[in-house]
Parts: sequence; C-alpha cells; structure tokens
Amino acid sequence: MQSATARAERGEGQPAAGRKFGGEILKVDGISLSFGGVKALSDVSFSIREHEIFAIIGPNGAGKSSMLNVINGFYHPQQGTVTYKGVTRRDVDPHDAARNGIARTFQNIALFKGMSTLDNVMTGRILKMRRGILWQALYWGPAQREEIEHRAFVERIIDFLEIQAIRKTPVGRLPYGLQKRVELARALAMEPDLLLLDEPMAGMNVEEKEDMCRFILDVNEQFGTTIALIEHDMGVVMDISDRVVVLDYGRKIADGTPDVVRGDKAVIDAYLGVAH
Amino acid sequence: MLYREAGQFKTSYEADQSIFPIMQDRWGIAAILAFAFLAMPFLASEYFFRAVMIPFLILALAAIGLNLLVGYCGQISLGTGAFMAVGAYAAYNFAIRVPELPHLVTLLLAGGVAAVVGLLFGIPSLRIKGLYLAAATLAAQFFIDWLFSRVKWFTNYTPSGSVAAPQLNIFGWVPDAPSEKYLLCLGFVTVFALVAKNLVRSRIGRSWMAIRDMDIAAEIIGIRPMHAKLSAFAISSFIVGVAGALWGFVHLGSWEPLAFSIDRSFSLLFMVILGGLGSILGCFLGAAFITLVPIFLNQVLPELGIKLDTATVSHLEFMIFGALIVVFLIAEPHGMARLWQVGKEKLRIWPFPH
Amino acid sequence: MLEEIGPFLEVLLGGLMAGVLYALVALGFVLIFKASGVFNFAQGAMVLFAALTLVRLMEVLPFVLAFAASCAIMVALAFAIERLVLRPLVNQEGLILFMATIGITFFIDGFGQTLWGSDIYTLELGLPKSPWIILDPPLPGGILVSPVDVFAAVTAGALVAGLAVFFNRTKVGRALRAVADDHQAAQSVGIPLNTIWLIVWSVAGVVALVAGMAWGTKLGVQFSLALVALKAIPVIILGGLTSIPGAIVGGLIIGAGEKLAEVYIGPAFGGGIENWFAYVVALLFLLFRPQGLFGERIIERV
Repeated sequence: MQSATARAERGEGQPAAGRKFGGEILKVDGISLSFGGVKALSDVSFSIREHEIFAIIGPNGAGKSSMLNVINGFYHPQQGTVTYKGVTRRDVDPHDAARNGIARTFQNIALFKGMSTLDNVMTGRILKMRRGILWQALYWGPAQREEIEHRAFVERIIDFLEIQAIRKTPVGRLPYGLQKRVELARALAMEPDLLLLDEPMAGMNVEEKEDMCRFILDVNEQFGTTIALIEHDMGVVMDISDRVVVLDYGRKIADGTPDVVRGDKAVIDAYLGVAH
Repeated sequence: MLYREAGQFKTSYEADQSIFPIMQDRWGIAAILAFAFLAMPFLASEYFFRAVMIPFLILALAAIGLNLLVGYCGQISLGTGAFMAVGAYAAYNFAIRVPELPHLVTLLLAGGVAAVVGLLFGIPSLRIKGLYLAAATLAAQFFIDWLFSRVKWFTNYTPSGSVAAPQLNIFGWVPDAPSEKYLLCLGFVTVFALVAKNLVRSRIGRSWMAIRDMDIAAEIIGIRPMHAKLSAFAISSFIVGVAGALWGFVHLGSWEPLAFSIDRSFSLLFMVILGGLGSILGCFLGAAFITLVPIFLNQVLPELGIKLDTATVSHLEFMIFGALIVVFLIAEPHGMARLWQVGKEKLRIWPFPH
Repeated sequence: MLEEIGPFLEVLLGGLMAGVLYALVALGFVLIFKASGVFNFAQGAMVLFAALTLVRLMEVLPFVLAFAASCAIMVALAFAIERLVLRPLVNQEGLILFMATIGITFFIDGFGQTLWGSDIYTLELGLPKSPWIILDPPLPGGILVSPVDVFAAVTAGALVAGLAVFFNRTKVGRALRAVADDHQAAQSVGIPLNTIWLIVWSVAGVVALVAGMAWGTKLGVQFSLALVALKAIPVIILGGLTSIPGAIVGGLIIGAGEKLAEVYIGPAFGGGIENWFAYVVALLFLLFRPQGLFGERIIERV
C-alpha cells in the first residue's frame, strides 16, 4: 500500500521519526455530553499537536462522531472545554470554528446535492470572499476578479484530488467514492488548519481507500494541515496516524502512538469483548 | 448540426464562467433582446401588449424574485402576493405623499419597503422550516391583506378602499401608450434578470443553494444561516415588491386589495414550479405558460367552436394547473427549464448521437 | 355582572363550536402527516369535494345512501391520490410533497366544481332551525345555542372516539403507529406501506366528509369551505403536527380565541382580525415551543 511506503520512509514503527510537530493546536478537556438521559461522552480529554495525523477510534456508538461535533461546535457539551489555538471555550459556534480554520467531512456525505462539483468546492471559499452584495449583483470588475481568483484556487484543489473530469457534474449523480473525494475537496478549499475527517474511507474498496490514504498523507505533508480522523479500518489507522485515542461507551480508554494503543489491554478488551 | 460548440475553446476562467458559454446561445439571446426592444414595439397590437406582454413581463419579474427564495434558497413562501401588495402600496404612498421624488426612485424605494417587510416575515425561518414556514408566510399574506383593507391611511382614506396610481413619469418620459409601458417593464425585467443571474452565480447564490441542499453542512463550512436566509428573503421581496409596484402602476392603474390576494401567491408559486425551481429561464417559461393558458381557454377554444361558460373555464384552469404541478413534480421537478436544457443537449450532439 | 357574562359565554361557546369544526379539519391533516409525513394541503379541498358530493347525491338519494356513496367516492379519491401522486413521489423531500398537495388542492377544487357545480347548496339534515335557549334561570335572557353546532360537536366527539379505538385497539392501528414511527423499519417487518397509506387517506377522506357535512349545514356548501383548511393550519401548529388530542385542543383554543379576540379587541384594530389572529397566535407559539403543545421534539443528528 502507498501509505505503507510513506510509513516506511518515516521509519518503521516510529511514526514520530522524521516528523515535526508544533505545539498543541487543540485540547479538549473533561468533555461530557448527553442527550436526554443518554450519555454520549463522559469526561473525555486529549490534545492534538500541530501537523500531526490524529485518529479517534472505538467501537460503534463510542461517541467518536459526537466528539467531532463538539470540536466544531455542532453539539454543545454540558461539561468541559475546548481549547483551540490557545482560546478556551465551552460552546463553540460552528461559524467561528470554520472561520478559525476548522473544516470537516461527514460520515454520511453532506454535499450540496443540487450543485455541481465545482460549485460545491467553491462553497468552501465562501469565508474567504469579501465583495458585497452590490458588487456580486453587478458581477463586474472587482467582483469578477475575485470570482476568478478563487476559481483558480479551487481548480488547484480539483487537480490535486484528481477530480477534473467531474467538475461540472451535479454531485448527486456521482458514485459514492467520488462524492467522498468532493467532500474532501470542499473541506480543503477552506484552507483549514485543522481538518476533521469522519470515516473518510467507510464503504470504499481497497483501491479507493489507497487513493484516500495518499490524499490524506499528501495534504498533511504538503500543506502541513493537522488532521483528526475517525476510521474503522485498523490497518489504515495504524499505518497513517501519529497518535490514536480510543473511546468506548463515551469514555477514553487509551491514548498514545499506534504501537502503544495496539498493545493496550483495555483496547483489546473493548474490541474483542471481555469475560467478566 | 448548427448548434455545436466544437472549436469553441475556453481559455480563461472568465469565459468559462460567463452566463452563456456557448457562442450560439450568445447570438440567440442577443437576437431575442434586439427583437424585444427594437422590433416588438412596432409590431404588436395594443391588446397584445395589455393582455399578454405586460402581465407576462411583470409576473416573470415577480417569479424571479420568488424563485430566488424558493428555488435557490429552499425557503417556501405562500405570501408572495402580499409582498407584491407591499410594493404597490408603498409606491402609491411615496408617489402621492412625496410627489417630488423621481418615479424611478419611488419604484425602487417600494422594493426597499417590501424587502424590509420580507425580512421581518423571514425571521421565523431562522427557527422553523418547510411546512411551518409555509404557515408563517400565509400569516404574512392574511395580515397584509387585512392591513391594506382596514387601515385607511395606506389607501389615503379613499372611501371605496381602492386606489388609483398617478401616471408614471420616468425623468420626463411618460410611458402611457401600451408599447411604452411594455418597454418600461421590459427594461426592469432585463436588468433584474441579469442581477438575479449574477447573484446566483456568486458567493451569495452559492450560500443560498448550500442552505437549500443541506443547512447543517452549510453552517459547518462557515455560512451563517441567518445571513443566507434573511438576505434571500430581503432580495426576493425587493424584486417581488418592484414587480408589485409595476403591477399596480403600469398594468392595473387602479386597484383594490383583492388584486394581491392569496390566489396571486399561488399562481406565482405555480410559475416557479412549472417553469423550474432554481432557474432564471424557468421564471420566464412559467410566467408565459400561466399567462397564456387562460387566454387560450378564453380566446382560442371558442374560435375552435368549443363554447364554455366562464365558471367552467376557471375550473378548468384550476384542474390544468393542479394536474400539471403534480405531473412536473413527479416527472421533472426542475420544470420546463430542464426540458429546454435536455433539448439543447440533444441538439448539441444531433445528428450523430454516438 | 351577569349581563356581561351572558354575551361572553355566548361568544365563547360560539368560538368553541367553530373550534370543533377546525379540529375536524385539523384531524385530517394530522392523520395523514402521522402516517406518511405529508403535510396535506388538500385537506380543505377534500372537505369541499366531500360536501359537494354529499349534497348533490342527496338530491336524488336518501341521506343514508348518499352518505354511504360519498364515503365510497372519498375512498376512491384516496385510492387515486395514493396511486397517482404519492407512490411516484415516495422518498421525496417534504417540500416537494407539500407542493404536490397544493397541486392536488387545485385539481380537486376545479374537478369538484366542474363535476358537481359551483352554486351555493343548502345541506338539510332535518335539524331544528330555531336556537335553543339554555341557562335561562341564572342568566337573564339565557344563551342561544344552535342545534347545528351541537350536532357538529357531538359528531366530532364520536368521530374522535371512534378513531382513538381504531388506532389503539386494532391491528391496522398498530401498523399505522409503526409506520408513523419509521417507514423503513415498518416496511422491514412486513407492514405494507401502500396499504396503510391508502387506509389513512381514506380515513382522512371520511373525516373530510364529516367535517364538510358539519360546515355545510352551518354555512351552506360552497367554495369557501375549501378555505376552512387555512384555518386548520394554525390549529395543528398549536397542537403539534402529530398529535390527535393536539388537533382537538388546538382547534378549541383557536376557535374560542379568535371569536373572543374579534369581539373584545377587534374593534380597536378596525375589525376583521379573525383572519390573521389565529396565525399570529400560532407563530408566537412556534417561537417558544416549535413542536406544538403535544408534538414530539426532533433531535437533529449529523
């Protein structure tokens, strides 16, 4: 696998070797979230360093997606704080999260079905565009220049993710694997500092998974984007991530490099079940 | 064979993003505009202007406004008639109370007032969706109907409650002949159609469509639902309000509140659905269709020897529109505009489809 | 004091009676929304169509036969709607379905009046014309109660009780509740979705017939009956889209509220506030409790 090569280049079993991480970009501290009486997360804390690929794993219903929803402000936890780029908050506003460089993709693709691939990716540039309504109504001079500038940027992402051929196709007509790629393109168009990927490889075949791994690693290497991902394919997780946190029934049960986590007793029990 | 884009290469993003990227389309639209502006005023009869072209153009304008809201932003409105009324009464009050204002400004101000009212009634859309929003816009319709029939100030205390608009005077030009009224409406429609098209291919249009297609995802990529929805309500109501002012001043001349009843709201919604949700071209197709069907039933059928009384004709209209709405929603939710587009695709590869 | 209570009670009672009729129309909305997630704008048109059918059939048939035939026609209409509109649009989003029901509304309005005529017809059920006077001893002059209203209220009560038994005690009722909860899950345990929809639309058709009968005796059968549906919309917003008791309570609140408002605060506004008062109440209510009095709260997931 492509990703295996990448890993080999970094040094077998030593994901940190040859990789430079910055300070903490995100820290979640004592997050508890419940819906009615159902506890989705209880007292979860971890932190993500700049430029790293960070994986959140755990069995179904462990609270992984809820965690991402807390980070980008879609859910508001009852307890705990999220510290992003040094600013600590309880309630994150999704719009502020986006403005501050958090982008994400969804487990069940959340593309704008009625729009073309190009328009979908262009929506990722919305926060970067400045011209007012009157200029847009005229579509002339500065407004047109702005459109073209952002179009050029978006075209670079389209090239990067190799989706040139489906530029003008309405995304509703695309096959599943390509839709996932378009969703990644839209997130990348936001030029995020922190990219949250919710099961980017779910339901893909081996080839598509390899492509997706390659894109994730390339994004991380070329743009230095910090990536937090949820994934069920353990092979992929252990291959590409620098650090892993394991959730089970809303609690954190392990945290560390893939090797450490792999050998952790609590993790093995959570995945294989344990006789009490 | 003639409709081909082979050999037309786009070498810049500018060319690729133009409204009519294909050369034949550009020639086509230029020819239509030239005909509409230069030839039509000398060719058509007075009746044709008054009964067909003027209502068609004004309703197309209102449909463009409504389509921005329903087709592009996905917010349903059953109160379009009321927003037209706001435009008409606002223009009337500006015209008689501030007669020194140039009438062009009066018409645009009327749009502005409608935009503010639209904004107010759009506020519930921040918390409620779909069916609930439909109810909120119905509330707008009933409340505004009541306001203009019961609060006498708006009708300048005329005893009958109906109002007569003063003759328009656009910087010295007095459009009183039907062909001049037609040109005035055509001018407004051309400008606003271009503006609407520009908006929907810009940032704001993309944020409307994002809200329409999946509001949660839109929020997470940084679109503020409040901005997107309220701007759609405001801009849509602005255009609808200008259309309402034209309807009152140019088409009707004098009117009573019933002119902008809920029937008007439904007929505009039908234009948008039949013409094509999310298509500016569709607004014209839908408006043409809804304007022409009653004329066909009233004028053409008797000529063919089929005699129907007026009640039957109006019931027949109801049935035709109702049935077509259902048929289009099932077979082609994007309306006549999509049929047109499919036809063009076919034409592009004709006669060698493989 | 007593002189003021009399008129007040009379207005209140009149409002509650109107409310019962709103509730009947709202009931049709709720049934269909519960079972198929469709907000059926055509409910009002169905009321008009049912009343027209009944009144025209009564010209040639005795009441019982005409009523039975009207029921059959409403079931046939339900069948046609299910086959021709709902089935091809299955799995479409709510907005599309809603617009489709607006299309149905126009079609039925036009069709009904083409078929049965568009005059005003009086529906004669043999009820006494003169109002009853009740509460005469305590209140001077008593309160006037129209027998037609009492008949409508009793019919509505019986209908609601019957529906409650139907939905809580029968197999079909259980299947319907399952469908309301989750279409796909219901389908996967072998509940025939199309049959359930057909049943629900038929029941809604019969409810429309009863509502049309009640309104028709009061106002005469005419086109304005179709507009009653517009009154029922605030009712279901108030009561909650999925709740049958909500439709009843909401109907009573709106009916009483708008009559009282018209009489007691209307004059200050120049009158005629009946037309929008209910909507404003419903909208204010929406802002504080979007799910309605008895509706279920929906938690959004991503």
